[in-house]
Amino acid sequence: MTTLTPAPAPAAADTRGRPAYKVTGPRVLRAEWAKLWSLRSTWITLSLSLALLIALGMIFASTYAPGADARGPGAEAADAVAVALGGLNFAQLAIGVLGVLVMAGEYSTGTIRSTLAAVPTRLPVLWSKVISYGGTAFLTAGVTVFVSFFASGRMLDGTDIALGISSPGVVRALLGAGAYLALVGVLGVALGALIRSVAGGIGLLVTTLMLLPLLTSLLPTTLRDNITPYLPSSAGGSMFALHPASDALSPGAGLAVFAGWVVLALAGAAWRLARSDA
Amino acid sequence: MIEINRLVKRYGEKTAVDGLDFTVRPGVVTGFLGPNGAGKSTTMRMIVGLDEPSAGSVTVNGRRYATHRAPLQEVGALLEAKSIHPGRSAFHHLNALALTHGIPRRRVDEVIEQAGLSQVARKRAGAFSLGMGQRLGIAAALLGDPQTVILDEPVNGLDPEGVLWIRNLLTGLAADGRTVFVSSHLMSEMALTATNLVVVGRGKLLADTTVERFIQDAGGHSVKVVTADPARLRDLLRGPDVEITAGESAEELQVVGLDARQIGATAFDHGVPLYELTPQTVSLEEAFMGMTGDAVEYHGSLAATPLGSAA
Repeated sequence: MTTLTPAPAPAAADTRGRPAYKVTGPRVLRAEWAKLWSLRSTWITLSLSLALLIALGMIFASTYAPGADARGPGAEAADAVAVALGGLNFAQLAIGVLGVLVMAGEYSTGTIRSTLAAVPTRLPVLWSKVISYGGTAFLTAGVTVFVSFFASGRMLDGTDIALGISSPGVVRALLGAGAYLALVGVLGVALGALIRSVAGGIGLLVTTLMLLPLLTSLLPTTLRDNITPYLPSSAGGSMFALHPASDALSPGAGLAVFAGWVVLALAGAAWRLARSDA
Repeated sequence: MIEINRLVKRYGEKTAVDGLDFTVRPGVVTGFLGPNGAGKSTTMRMIVGLDEPSAGSVTVNGRRYATHRAPLQEVGALLEAKSIHPGRSAFHHLNALALTHGIPRRRVDEVIEQAGLSQVARKRAGAFSLGMGQRLGIAAALLGDPQTVILDEPVNGLDPEGVLWIRNLLTGLAADGRTVFVSSHLMSEMALTATNLVVVGRGKLLADTTVERFIQDAGGHSVKVVTADPARLRDLLRGPDVEITAGESAEELQVVGLDARQIGATAFDHGVPLYELTPQTVSLEEAFMGMTGDAVEYHGSLAATPLGSAA
């Protein structure tokens, strides 16, 4: 840092002859897209979580052994889709956490000041993060679950749960899994904006997806049976189940309910972003 | 041009900014001076819309910051150093800001060059020293080639070379006809760069003046004279622009408007013995502390008592 440049003397401060810059929605989206991919953590977290999804699918497939004594994680798998999505729990955590980081990381590092000074209307920043990260998560997770299905499916060939990609419901369930993971990512972004702290956002995410079902299991049976299908985790689970349980929502209803939760979180996030001091 | 009208910011019980009212004009550097916790940063955050005023208003170039089509072209702000993700490079940080406005890549390279960051622009900002973070913040402030530049404590953490760079930059920007608003808690730094001065303490406006006037009011260029015959000397020195006040002892006078050479010559011509003839160099820091002494938020346990400058 030895370069000493004299004070700049470009364009005098009158408005004539100055380039006409302007903040637009698509430009904010481009900026957020660039920000997403200019961090190493994005690459690492996404590729690790998706590699894990494929690897766990293959582990589940290799341990499928109904009725055997030696029991592996995939021993009693119900169908080939469930095997392929064996690693979904881990993948959703990683994708959700990255979503929290995308937004809350701006607060913990102070980047939010630069971001909001450039886009003082604020909300375009949130929408752009949702679109860029949600879109990325949908595409990468979508491709990955299909890869996982083919990789683990090959290992299941000849077993009673083997399924082809053209079997009824398979494509729907796999797309549902991709959509579910993308929505978890968006939920992470929303919680990050709502809580503005990485640790707090991750805590709330884990609570929503993993602890809430445990807590409701403490409720009286009748109440529990009425509530459980509508929890984010159960509604989300309906999106990618090949054979939904009798008390679960249909895939379409599951998508609607889970998306509803995400929209609710986003509304809270937008409200806080627009209203309170950065 | 920044216009601040009866601006108030409360955080719960605490009032950080308490009815500030002033205008920052283009073409000169305006220093924004006050002890820590006086509300300088909060005021600056309100100028660029990061904080919402509890009452009053602030406009930049005639409009609220958030209503400008290209905010970075109106105001470039350095608010706190390291408003950047440590994992992102300086180039990517600036480029992302540029993308929101459609500012060309060429301009990003330009400000990197101008801030002297060319060598480190592709490195992760987490490894930056405080000074480099400060330079990056200034590069970001200049990105949109703004008409108004706001810098919060820009010389913090800079080496002497960097401090000199900032001074030249600020005066150059002002000479271009831009509005330059710079906060500091160091009076001496402001005296070197600023023309106008806004002094705050505990969120209140203490002075809206020029550096020149501030120095004069602080008892600027006075001379301490100790003589055997103060009454006679007083008569001899009397003049339209001369102000003479009694000093601490009976033999002492404080003279403003004449220099030591003139006083000495007059006394010699009339045979008045002088025992002491001392030009008073007022410490701006002391004058500033005298003004803000009551308004300091956090006193150290060995709080420096205002030394009561020569006045």
